Amino acid sequence: MSATTQTPALPAVREQLALRRRADRWVQRLITLAAVVAISLIALIFMFVGRESLPVFFSEEIHKEVTLNTLFLPQNYGIPEAPLPYVWQPVSEVPKYSLMPLLLGTLKVTLVAMAFAAPLGILAAIFSTEFAPRWLRESIKPVIELLAGIPSVVLGFFALIVLASIIQDQFQFDFRLNAINAGIALGLAVVPIIFTISEDALSSVPRSYRNASAALGATPWQTAWRVVLPAALPGIFAGLVLGFGRAVGETMIVLMASGNAAITSWNFTESVRTLSASVAAELAEVVFGSAHYHVLFFIGTLLFVITFILNWIGTVTVARLRRRLAGADR
Amino acid sequence: MNTRWMRRSVDGVFITLTGFAALLILAMLAAILGNIVLHGWERLSFEFLFSAPRQGMTEGGIFPAIFGTLLVVLLMTLAGVPLGVAVAIYFSEYADRGSWLYRWSRQAVNNLAGVPSIVFGLFGLGFFVQFAGRGIDHALYGGRLTFGQPALIWAALTMAILTLPVVIVSVEEALRTVPQSLRDASSALGATRAQTIFRVVLPQAMSGVLTGGILAVGRGAGEVAPILFVGAAYFLPHLPSSLNDQFMHLGYHVFVLSTQSPDVEATKPLLYATVSVLLGLTFLLNLVAIAIRTRLRLAAAGNR
Repeated sequence: MSATTQTPALPAVREQLALRRRADRWVQRLITLAAVVAISLIALIFMFVGRESLPVFFSEEIHKEVTLNTLFLPQNYGIPEAPLPYVWQPVSEVPKYSLMPLLLGTLKVTLVAMAFAAPLGILAAIFSTEFAPRWLRESIKPVIELLAGIPSVVLGFFALIVLASIIQDQFQFDFRLNAINAGIALGLAVVPIIFTISEDALSSVPRSYRNASAALGATPWQTAWRVVLPAALPGIFAGLVLGFGRAVGETMIVLMASGNAAITSWNFTESVRTLSASVAAELAEVVFGSAHYHVLFFIGTLLFVITFILNWIGTVTVARLRRRLAGADR
Repeated sequence: MNTRWMRRSVDGVFITLTGFAALLILAMLAAILGNIVLHGWERLSFEFLFSAPRQGMTEGGIFPAIFGTLLVVLLMTLAGVPLGVAVAIYFSEYADRGSWLYRWSRQAVNNLAGVPSIVFGLFGLGFFVQFAGRGIDHALYGGRLTFGQPALIWAALTMAILTLPVVIVSVEEALRTVPQSLRDASSALGATRAQTIFRVVLPQAMSGVLTGGILAVGRGAGEVAPILFVGAAYFLPHLPSSLNDQFMHLGYHVFVLSTQSPDVEATKPLLYATVSVLLGLTFLLNLVAIAIRTRLRLAAAGNR
């Protein structure tokens, strides 16, 4: 700078430099603001969905129709038409809001989806990282990403029109649309998640582990199953947790393919109604501010909280695994 | 000798099993695509793509639904991509990895990606329609119902938030492939940090921005649950012409047509054709994005 102090243009230059510095600082502020916005978005979602569910907890007016007790505990409605302790029947003379059939329905469909998707996704990931030649591996990954790109409404359509008929022809269940049908379609949406995260975890296991195992005389399968898989287990667990979260919240597939009857039973061949599908099906016709309206937002809050916790567990596990394996040499 | 032979065949069985799992996934994908394309093909025509539905959806085309879908994703991109790019720049260029802001915003984006799409629908209704929309009506329109109802703009903004993580991940991935030496060279020439980012780093990462935008559009075009209560309509006689109009949407069209049609067999060919258009649109976008991304990955491997 000392060389330029003699030039007459100095004040102008200095002013320009100051301007640039100020602009630089403003850009930094704006960019940092974007991060703050990202945080506030998730907070806003929780606040605005949660706010509409508050009356379920606190409003005297709403408590005449529904309380936390009626949502979760067995009820005796004292009418012969509804002798069951858990009934979801929000639109009737005596509205009945038990979340139990919906929770059970969600669980049933999700279990089928996981039973279908978990083995497929994990085994395919093992194949891709351990046994497939490089060219095959490089083509499996994008194709499964493509599966993830199928809109859920299309999977729902496929399950409703095609898959349900196939299952019906094969097994003759009493209900054409049932938990198994919806669960398999849901599994198709979950497979890419489990595959991708498991694949990442398996391929982040250092090569030295495999070499050491092979040097001790283990066969390729023994190496994959007893050395690589245990080392990547937290990542695979995370994949399962995130897949589970996706399955719990997924809406269009179950809305279209599950039959939507709120039945409280463990029979997987009966129609089911899930939490998400109830919100999707009922919110459009509900009276603004009614008990039913607030209960649907309560379900939304419940879904938000469940998936939030699952996601948090998933991401923390992945981060921990990455840190643990990062030190080892490839 | 015998045990070795045993071990090898056990190995073969299990390895085949894993290969079979991979094959099964690919086969199911092929079956879905094959079924939809095969059935959808016969009904697809120029007229189907560019005319409005007639006769209670059993005749005519789906132009309004295509138009509405494109309009929503366009608005969504305008709102979501700049914000996504800014957050990605923060993550990769500005953030101090140990700071609470970095850790919290990172966790927020991760969690945002996991929020169920139906919850976005509730949020869109509670926040955009009832809070923001009603607020605007009271402030600017004297309480007359204008923006306080399901509308194009609210659907687009809801979708923008839903797809934000997609944009952020792609842009950040691309920013990370820009060699540090470029940034150093730029600062050595006297550029400020902002100048370095906007004139050197970001142009290098343009493909990532593009990928992020495309993936977001692909995702946004296919999501139905978030817009159920925020502006999608089954049938409208006119194309949407302002931000507070409702709109028709391909995905919503598929949903209503397949679940609420009085005559399923009559609408089936139309339904299949609509699904193939939706699938074609999202697949095309995803294919382009995956292609760009694969090239990017290879370039990143070359830089190291």
